[in-house]
Order: sequence, then C-alpha cells, then structure tokens
Amino acid sequence: MRFVDEFRDADKAHALAARITELCEPGRQYKFMEVCGGHTHTIYKHGLEDYLPEAITLVHGPGCPVCVIPMGRVDDAIHLASQPDTIMTSFGDMMRVPGSQGSFFDAKAAGTDIRMVYSPLDSLKIARQNPDKRVVFMAIGFETTTPSTAMTVLRAKAMGLENFSVFCNHVTIIPAIKAILDSPDLRLDGFIGPGHVSTVIGCRPYEFIASGYGKPVVVAGFEPLDILQSIYMLMMQLSEGRAEVENQYTRVVPWDGNLAALTAINQVMELRPYFEWRGLGFITHSAMRLREGFRAFDAEVLFNVPGVRVADPKACQCGEVLKGVLKPWECKVFGTACTPETPIGTCMVSPEGACAAYYNYGRMNRHRVVEVELSRP
Amino acid sequence: MTGRGANWVDEALREHEEHAAAEEAAAEEVAAGDAGAGDAGAGDAGAGDAGAGDAGAASRTAGRAGTPSDREQQVLDRIDRARRRRPRIREERITMSHGAGGKASRTLTEAVFLDAFRNPLLEPLEDAALLRVADSRLALTTDTYVVSPLFFPGGNIGDLAVNGTVNDLAVAGATPLYLSAGFVLEEGFPVADLTAIVASMQAAAAVAGVQVVTGDTKVVERGKADGCYINTAGVGVVEHDLALGAATARPGDVVIVSGPVGDHGVTIMLARGELDIEADLSSDTAAMNGMIADLLAAVPGVRAMRDATRGGVATILNEVAVAAGVGVVVEEDQIPVRTQVRGAAELLGIDPMYVACEGKLVAIVDGQQADRALAALRAHPLGEQAAVIGQITADQPGIVLLKTAFGGTRIVDLLVGDPLPRIC
Repeated sequence: MRFVDEFRDADKAHALAARITELCEPGRQYKFMEVCGGHTHTIYKHGLEDYLPEAITLVHGPGCPVCVIPMGRVDDAIHLASQPDTIMTSFGDMMRVPGSQGSFFDAKAAGTDIRMVYSPLDSLKIARQNPDKRVVFMAIGFETTTPSTAMTVLRAKAMGLENFSVFCNHVTIIPAIKAILDSPDLRLDGFIGPGHVSTVIGCRPYEFIASGYGKPVVVAGFEPLDILQSIYMLMMQLSEGRAEVENQYTRVVPWDGNLAALTAINQVMELRPYFEWRGLGFITHSAMRLREGFRAFDAEVLFNVPGVRVADPKACQCGEVLKGVLKPWECKVFGTACTPETPIGTCMVSPEGACAAYYNYGRMNRHRVVEVELSRP
Repeated sequence: MTGRGANWVDEALREHEEHAAAEEAAAEEVAAGDAGAGDAGAGDAGAGDAGAGDAGAASRTAGRAGTPSDREQQVLDRIDRARRRRPRIREERITMSHGAGGKASRTLTEAVFLDAFRNPLLEPLEDAALLRVADSRLALTTDTYVVSPLFFPGGNIGDLAVNGTVNDLAVAGATPLYLSAGFVLEEGFPVADLTAIVASMQAAAAVAGVQVVTGDTKVVERGKADGCYINTAGVGVVEHDLALGAATARPGDVVIVSGPVGDHGVTIMLARGELDIEADLSSDTAAMNGMIADLLAAVPGVRAMRDATRGGVATILNEVAVAAGVGVVVEEDQIPVRTQVRGAAELLGIDPMYVACEGKLVAIVDGQQADRALAALRAHPLGEQAAVIGQITADQPGIVLLKTAFGGTRIVDLLVGDPLPRIC
C-alpha cells in the first residue's frame, strides 16, 4: 500500500538501528520520552523496541488525550448526559474511560443517550435532526482535536443552532511537558515531540526545552521508521553535544504551525486559569474553555455541572506512569485489579495509553522471545 | 443510575489485595518448605494476619532485588494467574461489549451461561456440540443474526443466517443437513424485504446442500426490534473418526487461513454510511462445507477448524492458544488482506486480524501436511488464496505472538469489546 509500506520497511529499519547502536557510548544509558500516545501505540503495534539496543529506554509520556481526564470530569459528563431530553456525543476512545460510578458505556446501558461520533461536526447533524433534544459534545484532546471543536462551534453559530453545546475538556501539551521537566524524580535525555499536535502549534513552542533545560527535542511522525529516525536524530544531537528542536516530520509539520487552526482556536477559546489532570493534579493555564462570546454553546455555562472532584484511587499510580517514573508493569495493580476490561486508571483505557499498550501488545518476556527466534530452523 | 455500582473501584482493589495476600502467603509457605523450616512456621504465615503481612514485605523485597527482566517476569506470571481466575461479571447491566466477541463476551458466556448449563458437551465451547444419538454422531449448533444494515454489498442477513450456521457445522467436521429458521419481525417491516431475504436464504441453502425444515415467526411492536432478526439452528452428521478441537493443537502444527481476512466487517462498517469512505469491497459470506469436506478428505492431520466470524482471526488464535496450552506465532506479512481492507483499517485505526469474516476458515494442521492442506484448499474456488500464516510453538503457552511486517514482535490479545476508532 503506497505511502504506508515505505515507512515500514524492515531493511531500512535494520540499517537505522545499526547506526543508532553505533552512536551509543559504552556504559551509558539513554532515556527518551515519546510525549504522544500515538507514538506509544506505534512503538508497541510494530514491536519497535526489538530494534533498539538495551542502552536505550523509551518512556511513555502524558500525550494520550483520554488518559489525562480525571474521574470527576467523567462523572460531570455522565451527569450532563443523563439530564432529560439530552443526547451526548463522544469520540469512541472516551466510551470506556471510567468515572467513579462507571463509564459512558455503563451509562449508555442504563439508558442514557450517548452516541459515538467520528467528527464533532457529526454532532451538528444530530442536533439538527433532533430539534427537541439538547445535544452536548464531549470535547477532549490536545491541540490536535481542539481546532475541529472550535470550527464546530463556529459552524453551529453560523447555522443558528440553539440545541447544541460543548462540554470542553481540551488541554494543551506544553504545560504538561513543563510539569514533567520540573518533576524532581525524573531523568530524561531527550524528547520525541508530538507530531499531530505540532501540525497545529508548530515547533517553536518546544524551544524552551532545548534552551532552558538543555534537552534535545525531535518532532516525529507516526510510522515506525519516523520514530526510529527521530531516535537517531536525538542520538546525533547528544553525540555532538547539541540540544535543539528538530523536525523529523517535515512532510506534515510546518515550523510555524497552522495559522488558520490557531486563529480558529483563539477566536472561540481561551486558557482556563487551571485544570485538573489525571495523575498530575492541577496545572495552571493547561486547558481551554469557550470565550465569553460563545457562552450560548458552553455546556458548563448553560447547565448545572456539579463539578465533581474524585481523588484518584490510592493504589492507582497513573501519575507516575504518565510522568514516566514507573514502567506500566511496575504499578501495583497493573494487570490484576486494573486491566483493559476493568480499567481503574485511564492509562489502561485507550490503546494509546502506556498501560493498555503494554498490556495488549508487550506483555511478554522479550528475552524468551529471542530464544524462540534462535531455536527456529 | 450507572452500570457498575458506586464502589466498584474499592471492590476491585479489595479483591486485588485479597488475592495478593493469598499469593504471598502461598509463596511464603513454599519458601518455608524449601528452607526445611518447621510446619508450624509455614502454617502461621498462611493464617495469621501479622505473619502474612511480614511475609509479603519480605517477598516484595526479594522481588525488588532481581534484575528488571526477572521482576517483569514475576509481574507477567502474576497477571497470568489473575487471568486464570474464575470469570466474574462486574457490570450490573449488559453493555455492547458483551456482544462484541472479545473478552467481555467470553466472560459473559463462562460466568452466566456455562455456569448455569455446565455439561461435558457444552464445556469445550466449540462452534457446534458433538452428540452421539443411537449409532450416529451428530453436530448441533445455533446462531442469531442481527446485522445492520440488513442488505449490504455481497449479500444480506438471509445469506448470513444460512452460511453462518452451515459453517459452524462444517468446522466441527460435520456434513450439514437440516436447518431451522426463526424470525423476529418489527411491525411495519416491508414484506418485499422479507421476501428478498427469504429468497436469499433458499438460494444459499441450495448451494450448501441443506434444507430449512422447520421455523417460527414472531412480530413485535414498532421500535421493539430493528426490522428483522433471524435465528437459525443446524444439524449435521459426522462421518469420520477425526478428533477435531482447538485443544488438540500441538507444537509443530501450522496455522492456515483460507483467504483474505476482514472483508465482511469492513464492508458492513462502510455500508452503514457513517464514515464517508467508499471502497470497491463486498462481504465474503459463503458456505464453506464443500471446501472443508475436500480438506478433510485429503488431509488426515487436520487438528482444529474455526469459522473466523466476530472477533476475527486474532480471537480464534487466542482460543486455540488457551485451549491447547500452546503458543502461537503469526507472521503479519503472510496474512492475506485486501488492499481496500488494509486501507480502511489504517484510516480507522483498527487491526484486520480482529475484523469479522463470513466465509473464511482458520485451520490448525499437522506441520508435515501443510503443503497437502494448502493444495486441497487452493483447489477450491473459496480457498484460492489460502496461506500458512503461522505456527504452534511450545514456548509462551496461552499467548499469540505476532512478528510484525516491520520486523518487531508483539502480543495479539483478545479484544475487550468492539474495536473503538482512535481519535487522533
């Protein structure tokens, strides 16, 4: 298949892996964080870690949109959805995210009208077809999905829709990265920068990581060769003593981002003073809400949202996993109390979550796999 | 209000603590036994709270001392034990996941149905039950069809209802003979549509060489059903002495699929029209009894056969791995997948290995007879693109490993519920 297979070529991967291994200084360990959950998914889906020398460890970062949603926001959303004459629309990933009383799937089974959509614009169609109902879109995600929510609100305003609103949970990536960099119990050698987020915000916002913290950043694409190449670029920077922001994903990411998308976000939304992140706690200026002029589409203004706060279960170590301090399997409840069937922590929900990716794809002893390989005829 | 009860997190954690304490106590008992310590000591550790707590702390410390790989293995073993516990339904209500063919369906089947009906004929949970009546061996199966939309490229619910049940009998090694058909119709359903569906059923039955010999119809009020649901049951006769079953797979066997996977599932997703994706693709619904009879006649070393429907090839291979206590290694670039299916799956972020087929055989065959099996399948029009996609191994029992086309390895687990499209 064109434009896909080229980026999954095993010969090129072997060649790149050899060059990465050559760059490893003897005795030195390297830790790189892939910020974005999409990268985590690619790494596990294609078994990319098999190509990396033991000296390099990948740490899975916080960039999984559903993984950072706190239980209280899910409870709020279910409260909104269960009001009379209400239809809630949501991306599929969100359906299994647990609140303190269960997930959207559970609420749906109990009679709440929650529908999966592929694009927020589909919610407008549903609103138009159901004029006697209120349609609330559960908006989640980083800068990748924020522009489409902003466009949807603009479209709704232009259409004069009166029964559509947004429960806005959009978050921004930079404050989360900063929180990780400021966390005392973490040691990273560099970052694989998020690809899709960067198509919107560009590469400049990462410059503080290189200049202020002395860590290299390479913005990467989502195919396995993209990620291998970005690891190679990080290793080159380290071996040459550089700390810069580089763009591996030039075929998609413009250095300055997408001005039209940024304008749409800025027109419709503004930063909240603070927002709660699952596992990371409250982070200032880390999320978006609708501006004053769009109150008519803001579910938090229109309806009585209880503002539930639910403390993360004590045994759940999502925060440490999100920060990369713990590997998924080092969490006390990993795979026993917390599984993809009954996730307690959000990292276990989405295939992009570090725990779910490891549980679904990586739950094996690689040393023994290598032995099987060797013993084969 | 919601499905799981207010204290579900606390309950899950309490259960976890109980199991952890029990395991640590057991580990301590083993350790005490090894060291030749007195019986009394081991008994105390198991029974007394304080003793068990201390033992836990000690074993945790011991665990931490190992290499990362050792510690990871301990965690994997713990998960393996957790997975072998008796399945329990945690939800208070049925969710869509219970019908999706993954882990939730499995849990429902085992915790509710198997628990109530338990008997040796049901226990293997194969596609059909094998019965001995007088001097003959019969196979009995049933399946209910609720596909939406009812008509799709390549067929309709009627074709599915006949072919699916015929295939469930055929993969059990039986020659399908007779079918029953039960209809649940919604008030207002067009008679022309029903006539078209029934005509397709008759045509499919003729191709498969079976007869529909009994039936039932119920009509429910508008809104209480989605147009038309069909249940079919089927009876077949087993005319050979092969002992087929997933549990008979053994190291050295190969895994064969009879053609490209995922056509039906992707066709249905596109036919629902929610995605605005168009592709030249149609359902693969077909009766496989002819092809399977050819295979069995040519190859005595067939161990197990499955019809790759809901849950796809991945689910079947997991069932084989667990039932036989073997490992399965699959090579991604050997799995036949049409370009259209790959493309749609890429766009949607789903894996063709989990997508339903309605006329694809997965066979586990003695490795020595792999070539004969391939030849027999390829000689039949439905099996022209048959391929060996993997093998059964002794290592990593219960686990399906995939060698990715990219050259890495990963696990292929059961899905939790329906594959959910990823947002970005």
